[in-house]
Amino acid sequence: MRFGVVVFPGSNCERDCFHLVDQVLGRPVRYVWHQDTALERVDCVILPGGFSYGDYLRPGAIARFSPVMGAVAEHAGAGGLVLGICNGFQILLEAGLLPGAMLRNRSLQFQCQDVFLRVEDVETAFTRLCRPGQVLKVPIKHGDGNYHVDPEDLAARGRVVFRYSEADGRVTPEANPNGSMANIAGLANLEGNVVGLMPHPEVSAEEVLGGTDGRVLLESAVRYWEERGPC
Amino acid sequence: MLEDRPWEAVGLTEEEYRRCRELLGREPNHLELGLVGLMWSEHCSYKTSKVHLAKLPNEGPGVLQGPGENAGVIDLGDGLALAFKIESHNHPSAIEPLQGAATGVGGILRDIITMGAHPIAILDSLRFGLLEAPRNRYLFAGVVAGIGWYGNCFGCPTVGGEVYCEPVYDGNPLVNAMCLGLVRTAGIIRGRAEGPGNPVLLAGAPTGRDGIHGASLLASREFDEKAEERRPSVQVGDPFLGKLLLEACLEARDTGLLVGVNDLGAAGLTSACSETASRAGTGIELELDEVPRREPGMTPYEVMLSESQERMLIIARQGGEEVIARIFRRWGLEAKIIGRVTADGMIRVREGGRMVAEVPAAALTREAPVYHRPERAAERPVLDLGALPDLAPSQAGAWLARLMGSANLASREWVYRQYDHLVGVNTALRPGSDAAVLRFKDRPGGVAAAVDGNGRHCWLAPRLGGALAVAEAARNLTVSGARPVALTNCLNFGNPERPEIMWEFREVIEGMAEACRALGTPVTGGNVSFYNETLGQNIYPTPVVGMVGLLDDIAHVTRQGFQSAGDRIILLGRTRDDLGGGEYLKLAHGLVAGPPPGLDLEAEVRVQALCLEAIRAGMVRSAHDCSDGGLAVALAEMAVAGGEGARGLDVDLAAAGGSRLDTLLFGETPSRIVLAVAPAAAEGLLALARRHGVAAVELGVVTDGRVVLRQGGRTLVDEATADLEAAWKGALPCLMAG
Amino acid sequence: MRWRARVWVTLRAGVLDPQGAATRSALVSLGFTGVQTVRAGKFLELELVAASREEADRQVADMCRRLLANPVTEDFRYELEGCQEG
Repeated sequence: MRFGVVVFPGSNCERDCFHLVDQVLGRPVRYVWHQDTALERVDCVILPGGFSYGDYLRPGAIARFSPVMGAVAEHAGAGGLVLGICNGFQILLEAGLLPGAMLRNRSLQFQCQDVFLRVEDVETAFTRLCRPGQVLKVPIKHGDGNYHVDPEDLAARGRVVFRYSEADGRVTPEANPNGSMANIAGLANLEGNVVGLMPHPEVSAEEVLGGTDGRVLLESAVRYWEERGPC
Repeated sequence: MLEDRPWEAVGLTEEEYRRCRELLGREPNHLELGLVGLMWSEHCSYKTSKVHLAKLPNEGPGVLQGPGENAGVIDLGDGLALAFKIESHNHPSAIEPLQGAATGVGGILRDIITMGAHPIAILDSLRFGLLEAPRNRYLFAGVVAGIGWYGNCFGCPTVGGEVYCEPVYDGNPLVNAMCLGLVRTAGIIRGRAEGPGNPVLLAGAPTGRDGIHGASLLASREFDEKAEERRPSVQVGDPFLGKLLLEACLEARDTGLLVGVNDLGAAGLTSACSETASRAGTGIELELDEVPRREPGMTPYEVMLSESQERMLIIARQGGEEVIARIFRRWGLEAKIIGRVTADGMIRVREGGRMVAEVPAAALTREAPVYHRPERAAERPVLDLGALPDLAPSQAGAWLARLMGSANLASREWVYRQYDHLVGVNTALRPGSDAAVLRFKDRPGGVAAAVDGNGRHCWLAPRLGGALAVAEAARNLTVSGARPVALTNCLNFGNPERPEIMWEFREVIEGMAEACRALGTPVTGGNVSFYNETLGQNIYPTPVVGMVGLLDDIAHVTRQGFQSAGDRIILLGRTRDDLGGGEYLKLAHGLVAGPPPGLDLEAEVRVQALCLEAIRAGMVRSAHDCSDGGLAVALAEMAVAGGEGARGLDVDLAAAGGSRLDTLLFGETPSRIVLAVAPAAAEGLLALARRHGVAAVELGVVTDGRVVLRQGGRTLVDEATADLEAAWKGALPCLMAG
Repeated sequence: MRWRARVWVTLRAGVLDPQGAATRSALVSLGFTGVQTVRAGKFLELELVAASREEADRQVADMCRRLLANPVTEDFRYELEGCQEG
């Protein structure tokens, strides 16, 4: 299974995602330039975190018109895997590949901290190795992660994959770091091959960084791909 | 034709003007005088500090680059090196905190990039007036937002720092930013305009009118009511462009076509050209018409002096310019030839085919005036400890909570939560412990970094204060598991034209030099910020030490939080009756009086050596420097930071030393470290301490839930850890909410 | 013809506006106790070339829908005026 990490101008977690796939998972990976119009030899494409185009206008609003996003949409439509992390998630929302939009954090501040995520859906490509209700400790680092969606639109186009929770899995207002509607931290499309989340699994994939809970997302993707076989 | 007293407009003295005329052999024209005025400003020339900075040791076995370049570099072995540097952005931050702090971070990042290095971490040392004043809260919030905005967007983690609030920083906050970067030893680039005939490129953002005269007007003059009016000269940052510049520079570096690189910071093109030429013994000829502009109608003077951000000066190998320009274009940036290196040592500026300035590079740099300014020792208040009533035992618990919730000792979470401290996936020890540690991806070890400075100590006893700052920075690295290696310093002082400020400056430097020699940590560069004076009020002399240390094995990372109940708590070092210059003295008695605690450098070296040996031998579970707030605060912090089931302690302090209760609990005697070790390791550790000649006493055990401090039979403190934590964590958010 | 468009982008009614709320409480604490609501938004000014007012109007509306505002959370409105050549 081959991974691709998209580089937009202003991405800043592309090296971290590359490191995760290459060094931690030991899988083939290459960078994909934002002006590329095709995703050759890529089975799973990662849209990394950062501040594409400086987050100017709105996070993800400009990046989503990059040539590569046409290829990402095609890839997703053909059942290919897509993971959007933080800014990558914001780009997926702006591109309409997932429903909803992001607002400034309720605190109006950038927030960098560990959070707990309850896995709400173990049927997606990126969570199939999780137990239902499993709690993952993964850090967030964002200023615009306050998720907003029209509930009908969400029901029609998406599935909730992660909610901010307490360490024991209870979903409480106190566990919500940014004001997200219904504590939503991550989503999938109905098919479950496109997932976006605000927390950063690449930062919690090695003991030396304080935890390995984030690894399960990509390990799930690898398992999914192996079971399904190349398309 | 020049006006009557032409030197005044550019901030020179009549004497300096005469020197300029001599060096040129003629009258300077308007532009030339501007260039000289800027480069001879205190900020650019170090004309007052030079003679004293030379006293700092700057050589050592691992030093690949000492002072005089964009950053210092130390060898990490196996072809890898670490570039690091600290710089101030005090005056711009006082006027526009968000942009001032952001561009300070941008500037220090570019200093690291110019060395060919990839930035891996930022640390910040901040000072403000008391947070009860809305203006200081505005400055604090703005500075933190600015640091976060730039660093977060750029994608370099902000992993550590310090914040202190004192009335002397009212209106004159300090914003010092430190950056570390990794570079292949073979790929180190220097800011040198080598090779006559080589093209000189200006890369990055176009040039506008921002920051004209920032260096001379802002950083080299004291503050007054008119400071607000100078707002237009503050530069505006663009971290997005800064990130693109980084990527383009790294890619260009790997082509091997870069001969020299210099940041365009204070004094813009003028400084970058004259510094790079002067270091290489060459000259530069500039065609100003080629400089990409953001606005029309700019004069040569404005183009040469502009401090527009996100720009780099690149000296390329002849013939390589097109390759470099192509790389920059790919990142959406321009890199344009604006001149050539020449052999004759002259900075020549041409516009519209006309020569508009012609000055020797050396006249702008090496031959700038040097001053031995007069100094006068000042008397500072001295504490009469005997006349001070001791702390009543019944009040000990309340004072511990009060100190933990005070502005200077409280948790900094409110600050570092706003910084991305994780990007880069190297952060092995996050903010909130004694130092930050970053792992190396290609080898087992890592690098630790800490920034430290205590202005109050330095005001009360400058020489001692300087030494204490170095010792504490080293101790913070040591307790985190690292061997201190080298440091960069940011020297924030008042108006050097006042003799007592010069006395403070020389004393601090000499104190730092002594400590650097004792600890074996050379100074590889830094920055001086004078004129931190507002309406006649000078700041405390505030040297900030940014020290780096190395870990051979990342498994040696040691945290301050307790790990497991039952661990034995051991105090290394002796507690004396030291209350001078401390937080408790100020809070409980409203006194700022000295002298600060004395420092025995030999004892300091011994205690650190012991601690490091014990950590490397795997004997240590938790370690914490005992400094601000004293032993009681250090112990409580270890409980608050403790892991599940290990958030408490029960200790008896009878054997710790100190003949008074206040000094025992809250005295700030240096050279002390608190350790927690597994029960089986306690005996071995005490034996090791004896071999090192370090006083060590077992105080008690790690428990859960309560902080209990006893003395002999009596209980001094018995507080719920959760209550102390609430005071400690709640203080800053509460203060900032107004 | 050159046209100048002034575009206001604001959060849709019903969408929580933390920036507006914080600004309101700051204004109240400065003594502007009469302030009932604050809604924060963005203002953009752009100049464009288009053959006619209708054409300019069509373009600006399209820009707003596709990029300048996010329809999930934001509303927009704009004003259009002709500007002098040169």
